[in-house]
Amino acid sequence: MRRKFIAMMSIFLVLVMLVTGCSSPADETGDETDDAETKKILKTNNSSEPGSLDPPLAQGTHESWILENVFEGLMTFDEKGELVEGMAEKYEVSEDGLTYTFYLRDAKWTNGDPVTAHDFEYSWKRALAPETAANYASILYYIKGAEAYNTGNGSADDVAIKALDDKTLEVTLESPTAYFLELTAFYTYFPVNKNVAESNPDWAKDPSTYVSNGPFKLVEWKHNDQIVLEKNENYYNADKIKLDGIELDIIEDQNTAWQKYEGGEYHINVDVPTSVVAELQANNNPELNIGLQVGTYYYNVNPAVKPFNNAKVRKALSMAMDRETITKNITQGGQIPAYGVVPPGLKDESGKDFRETVGSLTEYNPDEAKKLFEEGLKEEGMTVQDFNNAGFVLLYNTSESHKKIAQAVQEMWRTTLGIEIGLENVEFQVKLDREQSGDYQISRAGWIGDYMDPMTFLDLWWSDSAFNDVKYNNPEYDALIQKAKTTTDQAERMEAMRQAEKMLMEDMPVLPVYFYTQPYTVKPNVTGIIKVPVRYPIITYADITD
Amino acid sequence: MTKYILKRFTMAIVTIWAIITITFFLMHSVPGNPFATESRKIPENIMENLMKKYGLDKPKSEQYMMYLKNIARFDFGESMKSNTETVNEMIARGFPVSAHLGVQAILIALILGPALGAIAALYQNKTPDYISMIISIIGVSVPSFVMGSFLIQFVARNVDWLPIGGWGEFRHTILPSFALAMMPLAQFARLMRSSMLEVLNQDYIKTAKSKGITRTAVIMKHAVRNAILPIVSMLGTTISNLVAGSFVIEKIFGIPGLGMFFTTSVFNRDYTLIMGVTVFYAMVLITMMLLVDIAYMLIDPRIRLTKEGR
Repeated sequence: MRRKFIAMMSIFLVLVMLVTGCSSPADETGDETDDAETKKILKTNNSSEPGSLDPPLAQGTHESWILENVFEGLMTFDEKGELVEGMAEKYEVSEDGLTYTFYLRDAKWTNGDPVTAHDFEYSWKRALAPETAANYASILYYIKGAEAYNTGNGSADDVAIKALDDKTLEVTLESPTAYFLELTAFYTYFPVNKNVAESNPDWAKDPSTYVSNGPFKLVEWKHNDQIVLEKNENYYNADKIKLDGIELDIIEDQNTAWQKYEGGEYHINVDVPTSVVAELQANNNPELNIGLQVGTYYYNVNPAVKPFNNAKVRKALSMAMDRETITKNITQGGQIPAYGVVPPGLKDESGKDFRETVGSLTEYNPDEAKKLFEEGLKEEGMTVQDFNNAGFVLLYNTSESHKKIAQAVQEMWRTTLGIEIGLENVEFQVKLDREQSGDYQISRAGWIGDYMDPMTFLDLWWSDSAFNDVKYNNPEYDALIQKAKTTTDQAERMEAMRQAEKMLMEDMPVLPVYFYTQPYTVKPNVTGIIKVPVRYPIITYADITD
Repeated sequence: MTKYILKRFTMAIVTIWAIITITFFLMHSVPGNPFATESRKIPENIMENLMKKYGLDKPKSEQYMMYLKNIARFDFGESMKSNTETVNEMIARGFPVSAHLGVQAILIALILGPALGAIAALYQNKTPDYISMIISIIGVSVPSFVMGSFLIQFVARNVDWLPIGGWGEFRHTILPSFALAMMPLAQFARLMRSSMLEVLNQDYIKTAKSKGITRTAVIMKHAVRNAILPIVSMLGTTISNLVAGSFVIEKIFGIPGLGMFFTTSVFNRDYTLIMGVTVFYAMVLITMMLLVDIAYMLIDPRIRLTKEGR
């Protein structure tokens, strides 16, 4: 009988083996490592499996980091991080700033087809087609007729994108947009090969049918495991590309990726664990880079809840927050205390930093905070006792770092204003749901800019904005934003935005906490990695020395 | 036997239908949707386009009927988060990886666990007993993420041949298999120890001993065989848990398995993937339970499936 049991067990295991087709997993080719010695292969981690490598379907950095290496838009970032002509050889902008004419260079797709203006027209309209359901179609709404088409109220023919001939593309905008050129370097604006995409809708699912036009080409995609890129020898600027290829692992765990970097398996690691960043900073480790990022971490204050409808109360909450302490002792990743909503790194009309010109719009001032708070409460007919009895909570999505910050802020409010605010953590989807239905008092939020212009932030609190969580509604503010969106005069635009930010911080519908940074580590033998604030570190022009 | 299996099969279908129904309505009652991302909210009109593309704008009852129809053909549908793979493809890709690790882990647990337990019982309250029980207490109480991180930090970082994470060769599977095996190994050891102690006090063991059979023969032929029964009954769930993969271990070691999907699909509200992995797991579990019951019947002749009210 015991033999029977053993037999039974063996059958079990064999069955499982059969069902799973469990063959020897040693199908990795051994010569890969030999190649690495002679070839320059940059190794790193892409932290998350891309949902799609079809440009309009991409949703975030885990996709765009790959796309930016295999595709190129009309404009692109060069090895110094400057915005330069990419697929476009030159361009013209009409007097009124509405019509852009791009003249394309002689560039080829990886399958040998020439890149034409028709490809661009096709791709942009494809990204806008409601059936495509591109998550990020709204970034094309600057183009005349784009929004109507995407929302099902217009047709593709009315979208003002026109290929005049194979090499000339004419685009007309809804209103002058100072940063439109930069947008053409964004991944939703990347072209796809019209013939390929039309004949095979699944072209982007498999490296063998994948056709792109950038410095690298996709050669291997092992899902949830690894993505391999190889230098595109047909790329018009191939001389500038030093690497022979890029290998990106897909490892979600930050700590494991860090161990691999430390163990010498990666040349660059972007998603560095907070505790490691703090340690590297304390040791002045030269491998650590604190990249600038245009992003703001802030708290929404729900104006529908008494006494948060009172601007004095909101301002008091802001003034009671010691942001230096938060960035220095809690976040520890080189973050910058935020005394406004627009992060540094965005230039104004005279080339100066927008943030610096506007200056601090709120401050840490416990005495003033206490005074304002008491006045505000009195105006609402409340006492501190009433406030504390109301059981207000600060809502944040579950995460260790959000929790630490919330705890610190809670303590600051307690000591400065003498109030008790509870903490509540929920999953981010639940938080979104509650913000939407107004079921919160104070909630954590953050925003990462899409383009290098203060508008990418100030637009959020326009009364009609889809992202206006606090439902801020100020006609004067709207007027300033409208003015900045329609004028072609840079100085006038910037002035309107400066005024708008001041007005916003006077009302304080949100409490800015800090500006994001992007810490990343690079091995000493790797050069040429650049950081543009709106992008992940650019590895396209990297070089490996011995 | 055939009748019994047929009956079990019908029951399995009913169970799976119940699981589908409960999961379907439960997941749709949770706030959120598959298209929300943490960093970016999606404007309403684009959300409408997305809802339409995946048929989420239809009434729930219609979606439910559609789903039942598709699942009858084993079509789990399109993942709402990935535009590259269907749910069937994701399962077909992830399951062999997870199962490979799971089988290795089961082998480790099944070889070492009962052995450890048996030794502990034979040397009750002596040093071997303490050592094996310390090992099993560590196995039960140390969470797998701690075990995984520990193995990476102290073993993989110091042994060149063992990779820190990733997938591809046999050496990639060693550490995660051990990390995965620790918990069942410890459970088996503890279970084996207590049932072995019980068996050793039975009359038939005394009889066997008094008949003059050697100690080894008594242990191997009588004691172990009887003591191992509780472990066999645990095997069904243990095997299906292990072959379906572990979220924690797969995340820590960067393994492209199925286990990851159980958690990420819920977090992403990837409805089709949630359903896909749940139904798939239910199928694996039900199959394993059936096999275990059959095995049980073969090992222990006292159990008669058809008669004793089963």
